[in-house]
Amino acid sequence: MAGFLIKRLAQAVFVVIVVTLIVSVAVRMTGDPAMMIAQGATDITEADLERIREGLGLNEPFITQYFATLSGLFTWDFGRSFLGGTEVSTLIAGALPATLLLAFSSLVVSIIISVPLGIRAAIRRGKWEDQLIRILSLVGLSFPNFWLATMLVLLFSITLHLLPPSGMTGWATLVMPAMTMGVILTATNVRLVRTSMLEVMQSQYIMVARAKGLSERSVLYKHALRNSAIPLITFLGLQFGGLLGGIVVVEKVFNWPGMGSLAFDAVSGRDYPVLQSVIMILSTLIVLVNLIVDIAYGLIDPRIRTE
Amino acid sequence: MKDLSSPQILSVEGLSVSFGKTRVIDDLSFAVPKGRTVAVVGESGSGKSVTSLSIMRLADLAGARFDAGRIVLDTGAGQTDLLGLTQDAARKIRGKDIAMIFQEPMTSLNPVYTVGEQIAEILMLHEGSSRDAALREASRLLSLVRLPDADAMLKRYPHQLSGGMRQRVMIAIAVACRPKLLIADEPTTALDVTIQAQILDILRDLQEEMGMSMIFITHDMGVVAEIADDVVVMWKGEKVEEGPVGQIFAHPQHPYTRSLLSAVPKLGSTEGQDYPSKTPLTVLVDGEPQLVGETRVQDTAQTQGDPLLVVRDLSVSFDIRKTWYGRTTHYIPAVTGASFDVYPGETISLVGESGSGKSTIARTVMQLTEPTGGAITFDGRNMADMGLAERQKLRREIQYIFQDPFASLNPRQTIGWSVAEPIRTHGLADNDRETRSRVGELLERVGMPADVAERYPHQFSGGQRQRICIARALAGKPRLIIADEVLSALDVSIQAQVINLFMDLQKDEGIAFLFVSHDMAVVEKVSHRVAVLYLGQIVELGSRRQIFEQTAHPYTQRLLSAVPNPDPAAKRERTPLDGELPSTTRRVDDRPAPVTYDEIAKGHFVARH
Repeated sequence: MAGFLIKRLAQAVFVVIVVTLIVSVAVRMTGDPAMMIAQGATDITEADLERIREGLGLNEPFITQYFATLSGLFTWDFGRSFLGGTEVSTLIAGALPATLLLAFSSLVVSIIISVPLGIRAAIRRGKWEDQLIRILSLVGLSFPNFWLATMLVLLFSITLHLLPPSGMTGWATLVMPAMTMGVILTATNVRLVRTSMLEVMQSQYIMVARAKGLSERSVLYKHALRNSAIPLITFLGLQFGGLLGGIVVVEKVFNWPGMGSLAFDAVSGRDYPVLQSVIMILSTLIVLVNLIVDIAYGLIDPRIRTE
Repeated sequence: MKDLSSPQILSVEGLSVSFGKTRVIDDLSFAVPKGRTVAVVGESGSGKSVTSLSIMRLADLAGARFDAGRIVLDTGAGQTDLLGLTQDAARKIRGKDIAMIFQEPMTSLNPVYTVGEQIAEILMLHEGSSRDAALREASRLLSLVRLPDADAMLKRYPHQLSGGMRQRVMIAIAVACRPKLLIADEPTTALDVTIQAQILDILRDLQEEMGMSMIFITHDMGVVAEIADDVVVMWKGEKVEEGPVGQIFAHPQHPYTRSLLSAVPKLGSTEGQDYPSKTPLTVLVDGEPQLVGETRVQDTAQTQGDPLLVVRDLSVSFDIRKTWYGRTTHYIPAVTGASFDVYPGETISLVGESGSGKSTIARTVMQLTEPTGGAITFDGRNMADMGLAERQKLRREIQYIFQDPFASLNPRQTIGWSVAEPIRTHGLADNDRETRSRVGELLERVGMPADVAERYPHQFSGGQRQRICIARALAGKPRLIIADEVLSALDVSIQAQVINLFMDLQKDEGIAFLFVSHDMAVVEKVSHRVAVLYLGQIVELGSRRQIFEQTAHPYTQRLLSAVPNPDPAAKRERTPLDGELPSTTRRVDDRPAPVTYDEIAKGHFVARH
């Protein structure tokens, strides 16, 4: 297990280096930040621009700048925002917990709904319950997140006055953003749980478990579920990337003060130190989550542990 | 001597079972006397497995419907009709009074739980044991099925065990609650013969000790002769015959039983003959078995000229463990220093147990695996010196037929498309019309009507698919066909047909065969020469007669003594068999010792150890 962890950790570090490199190059391709900063001002001279570049450290060679950025990940120093001059680290310290809360709530919502439904659909295969669950999951898959978010606000805030429409002021405000993200994840996860459950239920060891005289409940939850969880966990790791992508829109709709909102504002304001840091941190987060997925595999499946 | 008048533990009375509209068992009746073993035999589709699943009441969970009949269990404390029970009530009997062992030991155990947990589970369920007590009992059970180091075994996971070890764990689970009746559904079919012999021994001893009754489901008449007291023969869902084992083998009454018994290859059947022979097939004509076809000595091997294939000092190894920076630390020497020749028109068999390297040699000759040492020469040309074009030509001249006829045809393409593939790949026809007529000829050559070319693989049985695979191999006009366990997925009657087809092809086209098999009786029937492999090395090589009649190497003797003899009257003289094959994984610096051979008779080589 230790060797397995070291190997995966080394891979994760390598991925982070590659991702940060791509982000740094890509951001620099969008134009000269000095020009962006100076946009408002008239009669800008080349000397002024040069001064701004020097102030931002942009006159240094690319490799030096890249290492400064990379070390930011470890020293928690990402420079200052172009808009307002706040420390980027302060902005992120405010936004990251909000985003993590939302992302993990969505995952939890999706697991709580999709696992029982997926199992139900699998054991009632071909019956009306299965058909209904499959149709619902297709409907869920077809919702664009911004549309679903708007509909939820219309229903729960404007019509029913049950939930606050936006902001982050308590648990009530978490419900709708988490549901929006969660429903869409649920739609795919239900199908995944159903398929992998069906496959596992065909296994010989399930027949053996029944031949032991175990109740259908033990067969399902003790013998089948743990085996069918393996593909689900893989997929959750992959979904996490998509989840963080979708969060930009959902956070904006619900005015949720997270990394998505921060990124959105950074893009509109061309606040490129903020944008670069947000992307880097989110990418690192995705790598970390997938590292956790790898570890979870080892815990669930002894065959991977001893490899 | 067992008490023959003892009452029955189980009686099946007029049982009929359907899946959907298909009746799979029709009016089946038989009884299992206390303490005895009843073998239920039949080929695929005979309904023998559904019978066992019906007794377990697992068949209805899989969608079966019981149309008629009763299955009465009498444990001494009153009679119960198992079919009348609810699933909840049946569950209390499953695993406790009636237990079952399944065919596939590799998939019978749950991969995510330890061996100990899986045995303890059933004890905690039926005996109400505490976890600790259950684990202690599990350890005792593991010693009972002769697994060494039982306490350490408790903590291991299924993937760390070999097939034979897993099947023993499965037996430990089955006998944990001292069932009155044990159902064993093809429990040794997936295992090597030496392991099969061990498992049969264990089952026999446990039965004696616990006074269990057994239902033994199998298609293997050798195993039946070995373990059964009584036999029930099933055919297409019906019982065609039943009786004591000696009577069934000595005086089979029903035509089907007679044809089944005559199709079984028997070890020693070709004693005293220099060449293999094509023998007539027993087929049912108007309900009577008749011999069809000729007896012909297969003297096709042209050993006067040059050999077609020369394998010299062939070694193949696979790296399996590496350090994190990629240096190999452990490897498997799958094949070490193998040398043999194949002459045109000759059949040479590579025989051995799993892990012996027989398939690796076959794959290396087919260029599916790269050799790590030695040379392969085909028709006088060293394969290592060949250019791309010549290697491609070799892929036509050597054709490979795989074990699993269900997996080796593309399910989304027609039979015709598959058979035509070598013709297209190697440009053997000028136009589509020629390709089509060639495909038709090939299908007829293997005994299929030409018009099946438009159909898809799922419309054919296993035996028919294997014929189609043979037709595809023939499409390349091969000079050597590698047949890798091609008979092991087929029923014995179909096996006999395919063997005869191979012999006809060899006679007419002079094709040489490299026949890879674990089945000693089949090997004896088809081979001109035989190479016996053990852990990647050829331990004995010689003519069929030398190997089977002047057996010299202890491993060959061991292998032969483990083969069950389909004759219950025969007195068994078996070398006691213990243990598993040793692990083949080695550290890089640990090279296997080179083998040296003694030529004890002309062409008969025996490894010196």
